[in-house]
Amino acid sequence: MPSAEPIRLPWARSVWAIFLKDWHSELRTRYAISALIMFVITTIAIMVFSLGSESAPADVLSAMLWVVIFFGAMSGLSRTFVMEEERGTSMMLQLMATPSAVFFGKLLFNLLLVLVLNCFTVCLYAAFIAGFVVRSAGIFLVTLLLGSVGFASASTIIAAIIARANTRGTLYPVLSFPILLPLLLTVIDGTRLAADGAFFQEAYGEFQILVSYIVVVTAVSYLLFDHIWKD
Amino acid sequence: MSMRIAVGILLTAVIVAGIGLPMVPQPAAWYEMPVIPGLEQKARIIFFHVPTAWLSVIAFVTSMVYGIRYLRRKNLNDDIKSSAAAGLGLMFCILATVTGSIWARFNWGSYWNWDPRETSIFVLLLIYGAYFSLRSAVEVEEKRASLSAVYSIIAAVTVPFFIFIMPRIMTGLHPGAKGDPEGAGPVVDFKMAPNMRVIFFTSLIAFTMLFYWMFSLRVRAALLEQKHD
Repeated sequence: MPSAEPIRLPWARSVWAIFLKDWHSELRTRYAISALIMFVITTIAIMVFSLGSESAPADVLSAMLWVVIFFGAMSGLSRTFVMEEERGTSMMLQLMATPSAVFFGKLLFNLLLVLVLNCFTVCLYAAFIAGFVVRSAGIFLVTLLLGSVGFASASTIIAAIIARANTRGTLYPVLSFPILLPLLLTVIDGTRLAADGAFFQEAYGEFQILVSYIVVVTAVSYLLFDHIWKD
Repeated sequence: MSMRIAVGILLTAVIVAGIGLPMVPQPAAWYEMPVIPGLEQKARIIFFHVPTAWLSVIAFVTSMVYGIRYLRRKNLNDDIKSSAAAGLGLMFCILATVTGSIWARFNWGSYWNWDPRETSIFVLLLIYGAYFSLRSAVEVEEKRASLSAVYSIIAAVTVPFFIFIMPRIMTGLHPGAKGDPEGAGPVVDFKMAPNMRVIFFTSLIAFTMLFYWMFSLRVRAALLEQKHD
Protein backbone atom coordinates (compact mmCIF):
# COMPACT_ATOMS: atom_id res chain seq x y z
CA MET A 1 0.00 0.00 0.00
CA PRO A 2 1.50 3.38 -0.95
CA SER A 3 2.30 5.83 1.81
CA ALA A 4 -0.44 8.37 2.57
CA GLU A 5 2.11 11.04 3.45
CA PRO A 6 1.63 13.94 1.02
CA ILE A 7 4.59 15.44 -0.79
CA ARG A 8 5.73 18.58 1.01
CA LEU A 9 7.79 21.40 -0.41
CA PRO A 10 10.61 22.96 1.64
CA TRP A 11 9.30 25.57 4.09
CA ALA A 12 10.36 28.75 2.25
CA ARG A 13 9.04 27.46 -1.06
CA SER A 14 5.68 26.50 0.40
CA VAL A 15 5.35 29.96 1.99
CA TRP A 16 6.00 31.46 -1.43
CA ALA A 17 3.60 28.99 -3.10
CA ILE A 18 0.77 29.95 -0.72
CA PHE A 19 1.49 33.63 -1.29
CA LEU A 20 1.38 33.09 -5.08
CA LYS A 21 -1.83 31.03 -4.82
CA ASP A 22 -3.55 33.83 -2.92
CA TRP A 23 -2.16 36.44 -5.27
CA HIS A 24 -3.37 34.61 -8.38
CA SER A 25 -6.84 33.99 -6.97
CA GLU A 26 -6.95 37.65 -5.93
CA LEU A 27 -6.04 38.72 -9.47
CA ARG A 28 -8.81 36.51 -10.79
CA THR A 29 -11.61 37.96 -8.62
CA ARG A 30 -10.03 41.23 -7.43
CA TYR A 31 -12.33 40.98 -4.41
CA ALA A 32 -10.04 42.29 -1.68
CA ILE A 33 -8.30 44.95 -3.77
CA SER A 34 -11.54 46.42 -5.11
CA ALA A 35 -13.16 46.34 -1.65
CA LEU A 36 -10.17 48.16 -0.14
CA ILE A 37 -9.88 50.75 -2.90
CA MET A 38 -13.60 51.52 -3.07
CA PHE A 39 -13.72 51.84 0.70
CA VAL A 40 -10.84 54.32 0.74
CA ILE A 41 -12.32 56.39 -2.11
CA THR A 42 -15.72 56.52 -0.37
CA THR A 43 -14.30 57.49 3.01
CA ILE A 44 -12.02 60.20 1.65
CA ALA A 45 -14.90 61.56 -0.45
CA ILE A 46 -17.03 61.77 2.71
CA MET A 47 -14.19 63.58 4.48
CA VAL A 48 -13.78 66.05 1.62
CA PHE A 49 -17.52 66.79 1.52
CA SER A 50 -17.82 67.15 5.29
CA LEU A 51 -14.79 69.42 5.55
CA GLY A 52 -16.04 71.63 2.69
CA SER A 53 -13.87 74.71 2.51
CA GLU A 54 -12.83 74.44 6.16
CA SER A 55 -9.36 73.16 7.03
CA ALA A 56 -8.74 70.98 10.06
CA PRO A 57 -5.58 71.18 12.21
CA ALA A 58 -2.63 68.99 11.12
CA ASP A 59 -2.77 66.62 14.10
CA VAL A 60 -6.47 65.92 13.52
CA LEU A 61 -5.73 65.18 9.86
CA SER A 62 -2.84 62.84 10.71
CA ALA A 63 -5.13 60.92 13.06
CA MET A 64 -7.90 60.79 10.44
CA LEU A 65 -5.46 59.25 7.93
CA TRP A 66 -5.08 56.23 10.22
CA VAL A 67 -8.81 56.05 10.87
CA VAL A 68 -9.31 55.66 7.11
CA ILE A 69 -6.54 53.04 6.95
CA PHE A 70 -7.91 51.12 9.95
CA PHE A 71 -11.43 50.76 8.61
CA GLY A 72 -10.13 50.14 5.10
CA ALA A 73 -7.99 47.28 6.40
CA MET A 74 -10.96 45.91 8.33
CA SER A 75 -13.01 45.76 5.13
CA GLY A 76 -10.62 43.60 3.15
CA LEU A 77 -7.93 41.84 5.17
CA SER A 78 -10.03 39.04 6.65
CA ARG A 79 -10.57 37.74 3.12
CA THR A 80 -7.50 35.46 2.97
CA PHE A 81 -8.76 33.10 5.68
CA VAL A 82 -12.52 33.55 5.30
CA MET A 83 -12.15 32.60 1.61
CA GLU A 84 -10.57 29.25 2.52
CA GLU A 85 -13.45 28.44 4.88
CA GLU A 86 -16.15 29.52 2.42
CA ARG A 87 -14.71 27.54 -0.47
CA GLY A 88 -14.05 24.58 1.79
CA THR A 89 -10.38 24.53 0.81
CA SER A 90 -8.89 24.86 4.30
CA MET A 91 -8.78 21.09 4.79
CA MET A 92 -6.78 20.73 1.58
CA LEU A 93 -4.38 23.43 2.71
CA GLN A 94 -3.93 21.70 6.07
CA LEU A 95 -2.81 18.57 4.25
CA MET A 96 -0.54 20.33 1.77
CA ALA A 97 1.48 22.64 4.00
CA THR A 98 2.70 23.05 7.56
CA PRO A 99 0.71 25.55 9.68
CA SER A 100 3.65 27.95 9.92
CA ALA A 101 4.04 27.98 6.14
CA VAL A 102 0.32 28.78 5.78
CA PHE A 103 0.59 31.56 8.36
CA PHE A 104 3.62 33.23 6.79
CA GLY A 105 2.23 32.85 3.27
CA LYS A 106 -0.98 34.58 4.32
CA LEU A 107 0.98 37.18 6.27
CA LEU A 108 3.03 37.99 3.18
CA PHE A 109 -0.13 38.34 1.10
CA ASN A 110 -1.81 40.58 3.71
CA LEU A 111 1.37 42.66 3.91
CA LEU A 112 1.22 43.24 0.17
CA LEU A 113 -2.46 44.23 0.45
CA VAL A 114 -1.76 46.63 3.33
CA LEU A 115 1.12 48.24 1.46
CA VAL A 116 -1.07 48.74 -1.63
CA LEU A 117 -3.86 50.10 0.59
CA ASN A 118 -1.58 52.49 2.48
CA CYS A 119 0.19 53.87 -0.60
CA PHE A 120 -3.15 54.40 -2.31
CA THR A 121 -4.70 56.04 0.78
CA VAL A 122 -1.74 58.36 1.31
CA CYS A 123 -1.70 59.44 -2.36
CA LEU A 124 -5.44 60.19 -2.37
CA TYR A 125 -5.27 61.83 1.04
CA ALA A 126 -2.39 64.11 0.03
CA ALA A 127 -4.17 65.02 -3.21
CA PHE A 128 -7.61 65.84 -1.79
CA ILE A 129 -7.16 66.92 1.83
CA ALA A 130 -5.78 70.43 1.67
CA GLY A 131 -4.34 70.86 5.18
CA PHE A 132 -2.32 67.63 5.19
CA VAL A 133 1.37 68.45 4.78
CA VAL A 134 4.30 66.19 5.66
CA ARG A 135 7.33 68.21 6.72
CA SER A 136 9.70 65.36 7.58
CA ALA A 137 9.38 62.70 4.91
CA GLY A 138 11.82 60.31 6.64
CA ILE A 139 9.69 59.93 9.77
CA PHE A 140 6.56 59.61 7.68
CA LEU A 141 7.94 56.86 5.43
CA VAL A 142 9.38 54.80 8.30
CA THR A 143 6.13 55.17 10.29
CA LEU A 144 4.08 54.15 7.27
CA LEU A 145 6.28 51.12 6.56
CA LEU A 146 6.47 49.88 10.17
CA GLY A 147 2.76 50.64 10.64
CA SER A 148 1.91 48.54 7.57
CA VAL A 149 3.94 45.56 8.82
CA GLY A 150 2.31 45.80 12.26
CA PHE A 151 -1.18 46.08 10.73
CA ALA A 152 -0.53 43.04 8.55
CA SER A 153 0.76 40.82 11.37
CA ALA A 154 -2.03 41.66 13.85
CA SER A 155 -4.83 41.49 11.29
CA THR A 156 -3.65 38.14 9.86
CA ILE A 157 -3.93 36.28 13.16
CA ILE A 158 -7.31 37.90 13.98
CA ALA A 159 -8.53 36.96 10.48
CA ALA A 160 -7.52 33.36 11.19
CA ILE A 161 -9.56 33.45 14.41
CA ILE A 162 -12.72 34.96 12.96
CA ALA A 163 -12.67 32.66 9.91
CA ARG A 164 -13.54 29.88 12.38
CA ALA A 165 -16.41 31.81 14.04
CA ASN A 166 -19.98 32.28 12.82
CA THR A 167 -20.49 36.05 12.60
CA ARG A 168 -17.41 37.08 10.66
CA GLY A 169 -18.11 40.54 9.31
CA THR A 170 -18.93 42.36 12.54
CA LEU A 171 -16.52 40.40 14.71
CA TYR A 172 -13.40 41.41 12.79
CA PRO A 173 -13.17 45.09 13.81
CA VAL A 174 -14.39 44.25 17.33
CA LEU A 175 -11.57 41.77 17.90
CA SER A 176 -8.93 43.75 16.03
CA PHE A 177 -9.40 47.14 17.64
CA PRO A 178 -8.01 46.42 21.15
CA ILE A 179 -5.07 44.55 19.59
CA LEU A 180 -4.34 47.29 17.05
CA LEU A 181 -4.85 50.24 19.40
CA PRO A 182 -1.25 50.45 20.74
CA LEU A 183 -0.06 50.38 17.12
CA LEU A 184 -2.63 52.99 16.04
CA LEU A 185 -1.77 55.41 18.86
CA THR A 186 1.93 55.11 18.06
CA VAL A 187 1.61 55.58 14.30
CA ILE A 188 -0.73 58.53 14.85
CA ASP A 189 1.91 60.05 17.11
CA GLY A 190 4.59 59.39 14.48
CA THR A 191 2.49 60.95 11.72
CA ARG A 192 1.86 63.98 13.90
CA LEU A 193 5.63 64.36 14.43
CA ALA A 194 6.12 64.08 10.66
CA ALA A 195 3.48 66.75 10.04
CA ASP A 196 5.13 69.03 12.62
CA GLY A 197 8.50 68.66 10.91
CA ALA A 198 10.33 67.04 13.83
CA PHE A 199 13.91 65.80 13.52
CA PHE A 200 14.35 62.13 12.65
CA GLN A 201 15.89 61.37 16.07
CA GLU A 202 12.80 62.63 17.90
CA ALA A 203 10.74 59.76 16.53
CA TYR A 204 13.11 57.00 17.73
CA GLY A 205 10.84 56.23 20.69
CA GLU A 206 7.89 55.64 18.35
CA PHE A 207 9.99 53.44 16.06
CA GLN A 208 11.16 51.35 19.02
CA ILE A 209 7.56 50.76 20.14
CA LEU A 210 6.53 49.86 16.59
CA VAL A 211 9.40 47.40 16.08
CA SER A 212 8.83 45.70 19.43
CA TYR A 213 5.09 45.50 18.72
CA ILE A 214 5.75 43.83 15.35
CA VAL A 215 8.23 41.34 16.84
CA VAL A 216 5.98 40.43 19.78
CA VAL A 217 2.75 40.08 17.79
CA THR A 218 4.37 38.09 14.96
CA ALA A 219 6.16 35.74 17.37
CA VAL A 220 3.02 35.08 19.43
CA SER A 221 0.92 34.59 16.29
CA TYR A 222 3.46 32.10 14.94
CA LEU A 223 3.41 30.15 18.22
CA LEU A 224 -0.39 30.08 18.52
CA PHE A 225 -1.39 29.60 14.91
CA ASP A 226 -1.31 25.78 15.23
CA HIS A 227 -4.16 25.88 17.75
CA ILE A 228 -6.37 27.96 15.47
CA TRP A 229 -5.57 26.22 12.24
CA LYS A 230 -5.78 22.53 13.17
CA ASP A 231 -9.20 21.03 13.84
CA MET B 1 -16.47 28.37 54.61
CA SER B 2 -13.52 29.74 56.59
CA MET B 3 -12.57 31.66 53.44
CA ARG B 4 -15.98 33.35 53.42
CA ILE B 5 -15.67 34.42 57.07
CA ALA B 6 -12.12 35.70 56.60
CA VAL B 7 -13.11 37.75 53.56
CA GLY B 8 -16.10 39.14 55.45
CA ILE B 9 -14.04 40.19 58.46
CA LEU B 10 -11.22 41.72 56.41
CA LEU B 11 -13.52 43.65 54.07
CA THR B 12 -15.61 44.97 56.99
CA ALA B 13 -12.44 46.15 58.69
CA VAL B 14 -11.25 47.85 55.50
CA ILE B 15 -14.61 49.56 54.92
CA VAL B 16 -14.88 50.78 58.54
CA ALA B 17 -11.27 51.97 58.70
CA GLY B 18 -11.17 53.39 55.18
CA ILE B 19 -14.35 55.43 55.54
CA GLY B 20 -14.43 56.02 59.30
CA LEU B 21 -10.94 57.10 60.32
CA PRO B 22 -10.55 60.89 60.53
CA MET B 23 -8.28 62.87 58.21
CA VAL B 24 -6.41 65.73 59.91
CA PRO B 25 -3.69 68.15 58.69
CA GLN B 26 -1.18 67.11 61.40
CA PRO B 27 -1.78 63.47 62.32
CA ALA B 28 -0.70 62.67 65.89
CA ALA B 29 -2.58 59.56 66.99
CA TRP B 30 -2.11 56.25 65.22
CA TYR B 31 -5.64 56.30 63.79
CA GLU B 32 -5.43 59.76 62.19
CA MET B 33 -4.71 59.92 58.47
CA PRO B 34 -2.87 62.87 56.89
CA VAL B 35 -4.66 65.17 54.47
CA ILE B 36 -3.12 64.93 50.99
CA PRO B 37 -3.30 68.37 49.33
CA GLY B 38 -5.56 68.33 46.27
CA LEU B 39 -7.18 65.03 47.23
CA GLU B 40 -8.47 65.56 50.81
CA GLN B 41 -11.43 63.27 51.65
CA LYS B 42 -11.48 62.03 48.07
CA ALA B 43 -8.23 60.14 48.77
CA ARG B 44 -10.28 57.45 50.53
CA ILE B 45 -11.20 55.98 47.14
CA ILE B 46 -7.73 54.43 46.96
CA PHE B 47 -8.79 51.72 49.44
CA PHE B 48 -11.56 50.52 47.13
CA HIS B 49 -10.85 51.69 43.59
CA VAL B 50 -7.25 50.51 43.26
CA PRO B 51 -7.98 46.97 44.58
CA THR B 52 -10.88 46.69 42.10
CA ALA B 53 -8.61 47.64 39.21
CA TRP B 54 -5.95 45.28 40.58
CA LEU B 55 -8.53 42.47 40.67
CA SER B 56 -9.56 43.01 37.08
CA VAL B 57 -5.91 42.59 36.06
CA ILE B 58 -5.50 39.48 38.26
CA ALA B 59 -8.64 38.00 36.70
CA PHE B 60 -7.27 38.75 33.24
CA VAL B 61 -3.99 36.98 34.01
CA THR B 62 -5.83 34.03 35.63
CA SER B 63 -8.02 33.71 32.58
CA MET B 64 -4.99 33.71 30.32
CA VAL B 65 -3.10 31.15 32.43
CA TYR B 66 -6.05 28.75 32.28
CA GLY B 67 -6.28 29.47 28.55
CA ILE B 68 -2.65 28.40 28.14
CA ARG B 69 -3.34 25.28 30.25
CA TYR B 70 -6.27 24.46 27.99
CA LEU B 71 -4.11 24.75 24.88
CA ARG B 72 -1.52 22.40 26.41
CA ARG B 73 -3.81 19.73 27.89
CA LYS B 74 -7.11 20.19 25.96
CA ASN B 75 -9.13 19.71 29.15
CA LEU B 76 -12.47 21.56 28.92
CA ASN B 77 -12.49 22.20 32.69
CA ASP B 78 -9.63 24.64 32.13
CA ASP B 79 -11.80 26.54 29.67
CA ILE B 80 -14.59 26.76 32.27
CA LYS B 81 -12.09 28.25 34.72
CA SER B 82 -10.75 30.62 32.09
CA SER B 83 -14.18 32.01 31.22
CA ALA B 84 -15.21 32.19 34.90
CA ALA B 85 -12.15 34.33 35.65
CA ALA B 86 -12.83 36.52 32.62
CA GLY B 87 -16.43 37.08 33.72
CA LEU B 88 -15.32 38.24 37.16
CA GLY B 89 -12.65 40.37 35.54
CA LEU B 90 -15.23 42.10 33.36
CA MET B 91 -17.38 42.85 36.41
CA PHE B 92 -14.51 44.31 38.44
CA CYS B 93 -13.27 46.20 35.39
CA ILE B 94 -16.68 47.87 35.07
CA LEU B 95 -16.64 48.64 38.81
CA ALA B 96 -13.16 50.18 38.60
CA THR B 97 -14.21 52.27 35.58
CA VAL B 98 -17.39 53.52 37.26
CA THR B 99 -15.78 54.33 40.62
CA GLY B 100 -12.83 56.00 38.92
CA SER B 101 -15.15 57.99 36.70
CA ILE B 102 -17.26 59.25 39.63
CA TRP B 103 -14.06 60.22 41.46
CA ALA B 104 -12.79 62.01 38.35
CA ARG B 105 -16.02 64.03 38.20
CA PHE B 106 -15.26 65.53 41.62
CA ASN B 107 -11.48 65.74 41.36
CA TRP B 108 -10.84 66.65 37.72
CA GLY B 109 -14.22 68.18 36.88
CA SER B 110 -15.51 65.72 34.30
CA TYR B 111 -16.48 62.07 34.19
CA TRP B 112 -14.07 61.15 31.43
CA ASN B 113 -10.81 62.83 30.36
CA TRP B 114 -8.91 60.18 28.31
CA ASP B 115 -6.14 60.19 30.84
CA PRO B 116 -3.62 57.36 30.03
CA ARG B 117 -4.96 55.23 32.85
CA GLU B 118 -8.54 55.78 31.76
CA THR B 119 -7.43 54.79 28.26
CA SER B 120 -5.83 51.58 29.55
CA ILE B 121 -8.89 50.53 31.55
CA PHE B 122 -11.05 51.33 28.54
CA VAL B 123 -8.86 49.01 26.44
CA LEU B 124 -9.17 46.29 29.09
CA LEU B 125 -12.98 46.69 28.89
CA LEU B 126 -12.82 46.42 25.09
CA ILE B 127 -10.71 43.26 25.31
CA TYR B 128 -13.16 41.65 27.74
CA GLY B 129 -16.04 42.67 25.48
CA ALA B 130 -14.29 41.25 22.41
CA TYR B 131 -13.46 38.05 24.31
CA PHE B 132 -17.10 37.44 25.19
CA SER B 133 -18.40 38.33 21.72
CA LEU B 134 -15.91 35.83 20.28
CA ARG B 135 -17.10 33.18 22.73
CA SER B 136 -20.73 33.73 21.79
CA ALA B 137 -19.91 33.50 18.06
CA VAL B 138 -18.47 29.97 18.23
CA GLU B 139 -20.77 27.04 18.97
CA VAL B 140 -18.46 24.02 19.10
CA GLU B 141 -17.06 23.83 22.65
CA GLU B 142 -13.51 22.76 21.81
CA LYS B 143 -13.18 25.35 19.08
CA ARG B 144 -14.60 28.07 21.33
CA ALA B 145 -12.15 27.13 24.06
CA SER B 146 -9.05 27.21 21.87
CA LEU B 147 -10.03 30.34 19.91
CA SER B 148 -10.82 32.35 23.04
CA ALA B 149 -7.62 31.12 24.73
CA VAL B 150 -5.57 32.23 21.72
CA TYR B 151 -7.32 35.59 21.66
CA SER B 152 -6.74 36.24 25.35
CA ILE B 153 -3.04 35.44 24.96
CA ILE B 154 -2.66 37.79 21.98
CA ALA B 155 -4.53 40.50 23.86
CA ALA B 156 -2.36 39.93 26.94
CA VAL B 157 0.88 40.44 25.05
CA THR B 158 -0.32 43.75 23.60
CA VAL B 159 -1.66 45.13 26.91
CA PRO B 160 1.81 45.91 28.38
CA PHE B 161 2.25 48.41 25.55
CA PHE B 162 -0.45 50.47 27.28
CA ILE B 163 0.19 49.85 30.94
CA PHE B 164 3.91 50.50 30.76
CA ILE B 165 4.57 52.66 27.70
CA MET B 166 1.56 54.92 27.15
CA PRO B 167 1.29 56.46 30.66
CA ARG B 168 5.03 57.16 30.54
CA ILE B 169 5.08 58.98 27.21
CA MET B 170 1.91 60.99 27.78
CA THR B 171 1.37 63.38 30.65
CA GLY B 172 -1.65 62.41 32.67
CA LEU B 173 -3.88 63.64 35.46
CA HIS B 174 -3.91 60.43 37.48
CA PRO B 175 -1.92 60.44 40.74
CA GLY B 176 1.38 58.69 40.00
CA ALA B 177 1.42 59.59 36.29
CA LYS B 178 4.23 61.52 34.58
CA GLY B 179 3.86 65.17 35.56
CA ASP B 180 2.51 64.43 39.05
CA PRO B 181 4.33 66.79 41.49
CA GLU B 182 4.63 63.84 43.91
CA GLY B 183 6.72 62.04 41.29
CA ALA B 184 5.95 59.43 38.66
CA GLY B 185 5.64 55.78 39.57
CA PRO B 186 3.09 53.22 40.69
CA VAL B 187 0.36 54.81 42.80
CA VAL B 188 1.33 52.83 45.88
CA ASP B 189 4.66 54.65 45.99
CA PHE B 190 3.32 58.15 46.37
CA LYS B 191 3.53 59.57 49.88
CA MET B 192 1.12 57.34 51.76
CA ALA B 193 1.16 57.41 55.54
CA PRO B 194 2.00 54.08 57.28
CA ASN B 195 -1.51 53.63 58.67
CA MET B 196 -3.04 54.29 55.23
CA ARG B 197 -0.60 51.82 53.78
CA VAL B 198 -1.76 49.12 56.23
CA ILE B 199 -5.41 49.66 55.25
CA PHE B 200 -4.47 49.75 51.56
CA PHE B 201 -2.56 46.48 51.60
CA THR B 202 -5.18 44.79 53.80
CA SER B 203 -7.73 45.86 51.21
CA LEU B 204 -5.60 44.44 48.38
CA ILE B 205 -5.31 41.10 50.21
CA ALA B 206 -9.04 41.06 51.07
CA PHE B 207 -10.04 41.80 47.47
CA THR B 208 -7.68 39.11 46.18
CA MET B 209 -9.26 36.61 48.57
CA LEU B 210 -12.69 37.83 47.48
CA PHE B 211 -11.72 37.10 43.89
CA TYR B 212 -10.49 33.63 44.77
CA TRP B 213 -13.70 32.87 46.69
CA MET B 214 -16.01 34.12 43.91
CA PHE B 215 -13.91 32.34 41.32
CA SER B 216 -14.13 28.95 43.06
CA LEU B 217 -17.89 29.42 43.54
CA ARG B 218 -18.39 30.14 39.86
CA VAL B 219 -16.22 27.20 38.80
CA ARG B 220 -18.08 24.83 41.13
CA ALA B 221 -21.43 26.05 39.84
CA ALA B 222 -20.32 25.67 36.20
CA LEU B 223 -18.99 22.15 36.81
CA LEU B 224 -22.25 21.11 38.50
CA GLU B 225 -24.22 22.59 35.64
CA GLN B 226 -22.13 20.62 33.17
CA LYS B 227 -22.64 17.39 35.12
CA HIS B 228 -26.39 18.06 35.21
CA ASP B 229 -26.71 18.40 31.42
